[in-house]
Amino acid sequence: METKHIIMLGIVVLLMVAPLIIYHGKGEKEGYFGGADDAASDTIEKLDPNYKPWFQPIWEPPSGEIESLLFALQAAIGAIIIGYFIGYYTALKRSNT
Amino acid sequence: MHIMEGFLPPMWCAFWYILSGIVVAYGLIQIKKLVSEKPEVKPLLAVAGAYMFILSSLKMPSVTGSCSHPCGNGLGAVLFGPAVTAVLSVIVLFFQATLLAHGGLTTLGANVFSMGIMGPFAGWLVYNALKGKINSTYNIGIAAMIADWITYITTSVQLTLAFPGSDPIHTLTIFLSIFAVTQIPLAIAEGILTMVLWDKIKELRPDILLKLGVIDESEVSTNVVPAPGGGN
Repeated sequence: METKHIIMLGIVVLLMVAPLIIYHGKGEKEGYFGGADDAASDTIEKLDPNYKPWFQPIWEPPSGEIESLLFALQAAIGAIIIGYFIGYYTALKRSNT
Repeated sequence: MHIMEGFLPPMWCAFWYILSGIVVAYGLIQIKKLVSEKPEVKPLLAVAGAYMFILSSLKMPSVTGSCSHPCGNGLGAVLFGPAVTAVLSVIVLFFQATLLAHGGLTTLGANVFSMGIMGPFAGWLVYNALKGKINSTYNIGIAAMIADWITYITTSVQLTLAFPGSDPIHTLTIFLSIFAVTQIPLAIAEGILTMVLWDKIKELRPDILLKLGVIDESEVSTNVVPAPGGGN
């Protein structure tokens, strides 16, 4: 991790924090920070009010807690795999030199 | 970019399933060939899939005031090409469709087409067009940004095709304003993140990147390539 990488990660954090500052104090009730996927579904319903989704999800997380559990699990699985191989390669390189 | 379950008419579901199915089948053949010819790339294949897993689970706020998620599909596209990335995207999108009610089984074909095929294809084209002209780290940053953004453009087009309304151009503008504009800062963030990971891979295993033909010898001349025998 070089300085430039830390700066780059800092820029990513700034990009994520900026909207939170710009729309400070506003929340879901005012229509902020909702998902773009939901906005698209709403648009479909407006464009074609007669359209009825012809298939329902076979299973839905019963609450927001369960949903966030599964999202965190998804990210954790990915992070374990990347961390494992980066660590493995780092150790390998060190033992070779 | 997840088109929700049941939100595409059956005809379009079938259409995207067939198109994506062909590419995924080709991708499976490519993976089989790749793994038998160059078994040392297996960890990077896992890393590319894992990267998609992480990034597509992170829903981030955007300056438009709504939330969306990056795709992580540019890395796989540059390393292994769009068809292999299509296979990796099936894993991610199937997980989200069945466990998170995010996307859907009926819309899986359409979602694989945007996140696994069109986005990666665009990123892969850009990377190869700029290869050798600029440093691979900058190149992957641009490619990842393009792959992310084109994914969302594709979703907008797919939705417009299925629900053109009375004025298709106007409809497309609406979908683009939902997806494409929101995605701009996220695509930039994904590009930067991918550059950081790329630098790490390039530092640790330039030999694999050389073998995949994604970087030039000139980029690794200053680095020490791991000694033969210790590299697996």
